[in-house]
Amino acid sequence: MSDGIFITEETIEGADDGPLAGRTVAVKDNISTEDVRTTCGSEMLADYVPPYDATVVERLTEAGATIVGKANMDEFGMGSTTETSAFGPTENPAAEGRVPGGSSGGSAAAVAAGEADLALGSDTGGSVRNPAAFCGVVGIKPTYGLVSRYGLVAYANSLEQIGPLAPSVDDAAELLDVIAGEDPRDATTRDEGTDSDYAAAADGDVDGLEIGVPTNLVDGADEGVVETFWSALDELEDRGATYHEVELPSVEHAVEAYYVIAMSEASSNLARFDGVRYGHRADAEGNWNEEFAETRKEGFGEEVKRRILLGTYALSAGYHDKYYKKAQDARAWVKQDFDEALEDADVLASPTMPVPPFERGESLDDPLQMYLADANTVPVNLADLPAISVPAGETDGLPVGIHFVGSAFDEETIIRAGSALA
Amino acid sequence: MSDTPVDTDKVRHVADLARVDLDDDDVDRFAEQFADILAYFETLDEVPAVEREADLANVMRPDEVRESLSQEEALENAAETEDGYFKGPNVS
Repeated sequence: MSDGIFITEETIEGADDGPLAGRTVAVKDNISTEDVRTTCGSEMLADYVPPYDATVVERLTEAGATIVGKANMDEFGMGSTTETSAFGPTENPAAEGRVPGGSSGGSAAAVAAGEADLALGSDTGGSVRNPAAFCGVVGIKPTYGLVSRYGLVAYANSLEQIGPLAPSVDDAAELLDVIAGEDPRDATTRDEGTDSDYAAAADGDVDGLEIGVPTNLVDGADEGVVETFWSALDELEDRGATYHEVELPSVEHAVEAYYVIAMSEASSNLARFDGVRYGHRADAEGNWNEEFAETRKEGFGEEVKRRILLGTYALSAGYHDKYYKKAQDARAWVKQDFDEALEDADVLASPTMPVPPFERGESLDDPLQMYLADANTVPVNLADLPAISVPAGETDGLPVGIHFVGSAFDEETIIRAGSALA
Repeated sequence: MSDTPVDTDKVRHVADLARVDLDDDDVDRFAEQFADILAYFETLDEVPAVEREADLANVMRPDEVRESLSQEEALENAAETEDGYFKGPNVS
């Protein structure tokens, strides 16, 4: 497919009836599908065919959905533009010449282009909400532990959750109802979502809703983004919501804490790719270490190597206390800040991305600039909270998303807030 | 700037620990980028100590034999196998 939405187009039929009967779903290519290759956007797994389904895939097909393809993504979920995929970039259907965001860019583009009714992505630091905002669709990052990660190829497992993308909040909530709930195969799952009816919460009723606006996540954003954000808030006010400004001093350190933790976990998780049990294997001469190193040189792209090396560095002797331990302190601080702010507000609102969709190629040369773009979304993953990105309007014809963060396992409230807009 | 400058030797050392072979131009580029990124990470020094609430519970299950992949399925993605085992490179 020329617009780069799918890595593999393959139909996986679901059950005859169920809540998602007749609906098509695109599944991010880091979510395992039995007998259908699952590449993670990497040369390393270009020919990998899992012998089992992820729990979310089982739940989709049991609910009657038809999977129509494995969606393109940044390699192993590392990137904010879907340009680090080994299989080429994805076009943004809502903004020609721009990136669809990342790392679930193929999933968001599939929904925006009408190639699938719904999609699944994964969100480690914003990877569902960022492309939802850039492509003008809805994306939900569930509370940590709401959705099973069994069969999701791990990148940074203390942060990541599988989440739905859809054209409307109602549709995204319906998909979340299907995938949420306890799973004996993932011991980090909880039972809060087991009998959920999130779709019922998408009633658009925001009368009496109290919104906290973290000023430090709004002030630094692009002017057109800020204007669009405030007009969306005006609309919520017209419908009976009220807002107040809040200070979240910890978010100034969230990005560095996020990347230290994510890269450290990545360096450990990606150690499994040695070319022996699965994945690419170099045709190299040498001992175990030499062949292992050559396999990984050939199989991994630049962003993945960068993060493995930085993570290895952050965990190495003499630096662990300086980086990793400090990042854990920052994570605890972020959690505390959010919990306090949510005592006086039902949701916190900010722009999802501080900028409109980047032009293709714009951010690749400067990794630090790309990391900074995630400033509004990463604190939520550090705090294990749920969040939703909803289209707020446009600036110069480019989509802008508004982001609502809720208390742990209070998906209903962010869904209700978002449903007033989309 | 960082008080731990990242030179090319350090990048090679970390790449060796991580078992990722690098070309010379990768080493040069990474050394330059890592200096910026690590200097940015050092702003974590400004983070105050926060008391962490450990609200954790062990999740246990009975240790019983359950369904699993067959040996054939477990081996089907391996580049090399022998007599039902994975075959790796020589250790030394």
